[in-house]
Amino acid sequence: MPPIDVELRNVIKEFPARRNETPVRAVDDVSLQIDDGEFFALLGPSGCGKTTTLRMIAGFEETTYGEILIRGKAVQHVPPFHRPVNTVFQDYALFPHMTVLQNVMFGLEMEGVKRAEARTRAIQALELVRLPKAIDRKPRQLSGGQQQRVALARALVKKPTVLLLDEPLGALDLKLRKEMQFELKTMQRNLGITFIFVTHDQEEAMTMADRIAVMDQGKVLQVGTPEEIYETPATQFVADFIGETNFIRGNVLSSNGKYITVKLDETTTMKAVSDQPVADNQEVLIALRPEKINVFAAKGTIQYDEGSSESTEDYKKALLRDPNINLMRAKVLQDVYIGTDTRYSLDIPGNQDIVARVQNFGLRSDTYFTSGQEINIFWNAENARVLTK
Amino acid sequence: MTSSVQPVTKPTREKSRGIFTALPAAIWLAIFFVLPLLIVFIMSFMSTGRGGRAVMPLTIENYVDVFDRFISVVQRSLWIGLLTTLVCLLVGYPLAFFISTRKSAGMRNLSLFLIILPFWTNFLVRTYALQTILGNDGTINGFLQSIGLISEPIAFLNTPEAVIIGLVYGFLPFMVLPIYASVERFDFRYVEAAHDLGANDLWAFIRIVFPMTLPGVIAGFILVFIPAIGTFVTSDLLGGTRGLMIGNLIQQQFRNNQPLGSALSIVLMGMVMIALLIYIRYGDQENS
Ligand SMILES: Nc1ncnc2c1ncn2[C@@H]1O[C@H](COP(=O)(O)OP(=O)(O)OP(=O)(O)O)[C@@H](O)[C@H]1O
Ligand SMILES: [Mg+2]
Repeated sequence: MPPIDVELRNVIKEFPARRNETPVRAVDDVSLQIDDGEFFALLGPSGCGKTTTLRMIAGFEETTYGEILIRGKAVQHVPPFHRPVNTVFQDYALFPHMTVLQNVMFGLEMEGVKRAEARTRAIQALELVRLPKAIDRKPRQLSGGQQQRVALARALVKKPTVLLLDEPLGALDLKLRKEMQFELKTMQRNLGITFIFVTHDQEEAMTMADRIAVMDQGKVLQVGTPEEIYETPATQFVADFIGETNFIRGNVLSSNGKYITVKLDETTTMKAVSDQPVADNQEVLIALRPEKINVFAAKGTIQYDEGSSESTEDYKKALLRDPNINLMRAKVLQDVYIGTDTRYSLDIPGNQDIVARVQNFGLRSDTYFTSGQEINIFWNAENARVLTK
Repeated sequence: MTSSVQPVTKPTREKSRGIFTALPAAIWLAIFFVLPLLIVFIMSFMSTGRGGRAVMPLTIENYVDVFDRFISVVQRSLWIGLLTTLVCLLVGYPLAFFISTRKSAGMRNLSLFLIILPFWTNFLVRTYALQTILGNDGTINGFLQSIGLISEPIAFLNTPEAVIIGLVYGFLPFMVLPIYASVERFDFRYVEAAHDLGANDLWAFIRIVFPMTLPGVIAGFILVFIPAIGTFVTSDLLGGTRGLMIGNLIQQQFRNNQPLGSALSIVLMGMVMIALLIYIRYGDQENS
């Protein structure tokens, strides 16, 4: 187990109230443990407290309550210029009156590094971010992507224990963004520096991070690997914020360990997984990803690629041999062809609408259903998870 | 105030139309500025005739005179001008910084209002008031005597120091306002960035805040220095003979020796030009 690099213990940040207002609780009882060398993402919608959390780690904001430890040392009373932490600011905050080289050298000069050595190390850092040619230019003569690289070099040259990045790619266009995501990730792996990366873009967080903390309204709702967050979202908010999710409502009929049976209407039940005990008759919310739903025709035969075929009834019987399969009828409300996939809006028992995403294998006519059609749908109970509120 | 720091760039369409709209102003400037300047310039190279009039032939005698007989006054003017500007900067920068970093807009506006308030009284009246305050039986001496700190009055008046006090008092707002504008525009997130990179408050100020507010400082420098070296009212009322400045000489000489007065004017203008060139060179670089 790598040592813990940054730890937040029950951190609260309250901004004092302005006239006629209640105080703003920007960060609400956040506890995190970030490992050494980890790429950690803080993900959440605008205003959820990501920047405030980062600023407390950097030392620009004081905590109202709680402790922040860097390498095991409490840092509440350490000013930002003495913390082994550097920041890449969202708008880069490059010093406009200095050249690129001077910007990168600044942090070394503040450490008392000799000019000649500072210069050498600054140039090395600029080479690392692949920007060695622009050293004598002023920041405003650089493109957004180049400025971003300078900001990165300026922070990395200090060899920080932890690098904080506040939406560093937010100002870049999509293509450059993708490139930089890849580069940042590679750089982080090679340097072995802990990155704490703030973003409101779930795809970005999923692509880059080793672990993600999903935040909302100042609270951390879930911490986990991208896979954990996606496959086993803890709350409705997380499930909704990361990717697309169906929420299915139902009442608990019975439970057996982590498996529970839920009643959708008088004739239809489904199985789902719950990490927490539930009471019978309790109303629960079940998350089900659209791509976990499989569809096949209500009657007739199913054609396979190799040329063989099977009647739908046989296919159904084979499926139902697995007790974890949920199989039910649904009516196609809408079908949208989007190239690789088809998105079906479906009406399922209990008058609930869900979305299924089906990959377009083979020829379109074989697998395509149109609105108004009755079809069979099924999924594995493991993919249907009961959410805690 | 800001326009002195930041040149206004107009769209090109307006520029071409500008030639015509600027015509009246150009004619005005030609008649009342360029022409008199030319006359003074030529006169400064003429000989002195009866009654101090300028007559032929051309000569450089006047300039020799300026640097021979009056060099101490020229030096003193420069010196007083520089010291005044420096004191204004030392007092004005912290003041401007303090005002522009107040959170409440009301507080900022009130402070600025107080800075500008003295302008509501005529400059001459204010200088006379200073005379009364600094005089031998003035307010300060009276106070110091009444508390028994001194027995004889201190001669504040008729010294270069009195002139500097008068000039600082009069021109401080010209230093404060452009610096205020600069600090107001300054984004304090740069200070956070500096802290992040290991700079303490002092270093952040020296390396980041001050250089980035330098345009305001230089504008203030020019706005104070130029009127300060050219002053004659303040030096006349507070400086006496020991505080005599080039402005007083010009005033005197135009009465009894016009060519010499012209030469002195040209020298003063030369100093102002040098100051302006420095401003153009350094003052306008950074207004990002
Ligand atoms: N200095 C401050 N004074 C008062 N309230 C603040 C201050 N800074 C932030 N807040 C409030 O705290 C909350 C969290 O702000 P924060 O900037 O941390 O959000 P964020 O997650 O970074 O959002 P974004 O994605 O928009 O950058 C917001 O409601 C914001 O209005
Ligand atoms: Mg933010």
